[in-house]
Amino acid sequence: MIQVLAFYLFATIVVASGAMVIFARNPVHSVLWLILAFFNAAGLMVLLSAEFVAMLLVIVYVGAVAVLFLFVVMMLDIDFAQLRAGFVSYFPLGGAIAVVLLVELVLGVGAWKAGAINLGQRAARLPDATPNIEAIGQLLYTRYIFLFEAAGLILLVAMIGAIVLTHRARGGTRPQNIDRQNRRRPDEAVRNIDQPVGQGVEL
Amino acid sequence: MTSWVQSYLGLGFGWFVAHLVYILLIALPLMLAVAMIIYADRKIWAAMALRRGPNVVGPLGLLQSFADGLKVFLQETIIPSAANKGLFLLAPIITFTVALMAWAVIPFDAGLVLADINVGLLYILAISSIGVYGVIISGWASNSKYPFFSAMRASAQMISYEVSIGFVLVCVVLWAGSFNLTAIVMTQKGYYAGWLGGFGLNGNVFNPLLFPMSIVFLISAMAETARAPFDLTEAESELVAGYQTEYSSMSFALFWLGEYANVLLMCTLNALLFWGGYLPPVDFWLLYYVPGIVWLFIKILIFFFVFSWVKATVPRYRYDQLMRLGWKIFLPLSLFFVFLVSGFLMLTRYGGVS
Repeated sequence: MIQVLAFYLFATIVVASGAMVIFARNPVHSVLWLILAFFNAAGLMVLLSAEFVAMLLVIVYVGAVAVLFLFVVMMLDIDFAQLRAGFVSYFPLGGAIAVVLLVELVLGVGAWKAGAINLGQRAARLPDATPNIEAIGQLLYTRYIFLFEAAGLILLVAMIGAIVLTHRARGGTRPQNIDRQNRRRPDEAVRNIDQPVGQGVEL
Repeated sequence: MTSWVQSYLGLGFGWFVAHLVYILLIALPLMLAVAMIIYADRKIWAAMALRRGPNVVGPLGLLQSFADGLKVFLQETIIPSAANKGLFLLAPIITFTVALMAWAVIPFDAGLVLADINVGLLYILAISSIGVYGVIISGWASNSKYPFFSAMRASAQMISYEVSIGFVLVCVVLWAGSFNLTAIVMTQKGYYAGWLGGFGLNGNVFNPLLFPMSIVFLISAMAETARAPFDLTEAESELVAGYQTEYSSMSFALFWLGEYANVLLMCTLNALLFWGGYLPPVDFWLLYYVPGIVWLFIKILIFFFVFSWVKATVPRYRYDQLMRLGWKIFLPLSLFFVFLVSGFLMLTRYGGVS
């Protein structure tokens, strides 16, 4: 009973906030609706007893990716009139994508009606009592270790690539030397003087 | 208690009612604790500054926080005309709710936990990453310069330090072999029991591989909750009052309560992950007669004293120094310790290199 209620709650909010992402006038509101959608998708994952994926969804997407989205969108100086001006010129492309998606949906539902594909045995069976994280770990670090490592390498290369592309070494700056700042002690920075009245300080 | 309620109200509804009662049993004392901890914070701060602190309302000023609460409750909620009304009101609610949500997985004693889930620590990480939104949304929705600057600072700071907190947690999880907080506490039992004649020390801090991480975690926790010396988000001299500049009355109070509930949560995590949680400090049978919750509360209060102490004595960091500490010192250090801990465990616990 509670599961059913929770499912319909999460599912409705996911779909509704997904729609609001498109319909919201303000881009910041769009991103916030997207975050709500992510969060409720995580709720659906919990219902599937995939709690590890759910937590990861919240940590990675809600906690990191969406924050960056929000950052970028908030910083944008958006002119709404200009934004809508392009509507007509983008309409054919957008419409084409929408038609492709619609056809795919129809095909998908049709195929599902025609009967499910027999997926056969799961590649690696684990006892049902194993907690989620252990199950994923056991598969990821044994059977799929090379794929996993390859994925890690690709991400590393992507990260280095992004840094190389965006990094520019600016000349002519005088950056702080933190080590020198930390090594500085009071006796080399402060000088006590016995100042006579009416004379300037010798620096 | 769940089964007793269920026998009257049926399986589903009884479960619901019982858990509602549990939630109130955690949330209401927590709110009381937050009120008293604000008082304690002000008293400690005052004592270190050789002042008296709050001493008028009630005996020794004990009712000061309640008086403040009543005051803000009776004030008018002002919404700036240029603000984004819905989000402006939503932001403090998010901050407050998120600060309470994390307490669901905190074990107060062996078995005394609302939700004993096997991803407890990940849940806390997830919840604390949602906490950023209260700050960002309030800064943006206020439609004002200083709150926006503050929100930018706060979110950059929280994300940066979450990275090192994440790696510190990975170290602890590797050592404990579980994400469940109760299991993590139980694995801290009896360090050096062999050398100390059976009376081992309880707590991961006594582990030389995890001790540096406990320091990193303590400092990162201060940065994560934007406490002094990392309170750049509300640096009065630069940003008026930070992201809560435009807030008044209850919406302001919710930020205040949420902030202190988060500080308490971080103190609790320190106690649970590194200082043995609800276990007594020494693994000695007589000490187990004291209820675990008492040990946990003592540890939380000690950590809160440390937080207050730091607030009263350490000057505020500069923003670039803050970022340098997070990214150039804590991140490599905690990453190196992940490597070290996992290497050590591979060598000793999982049969070495085969």
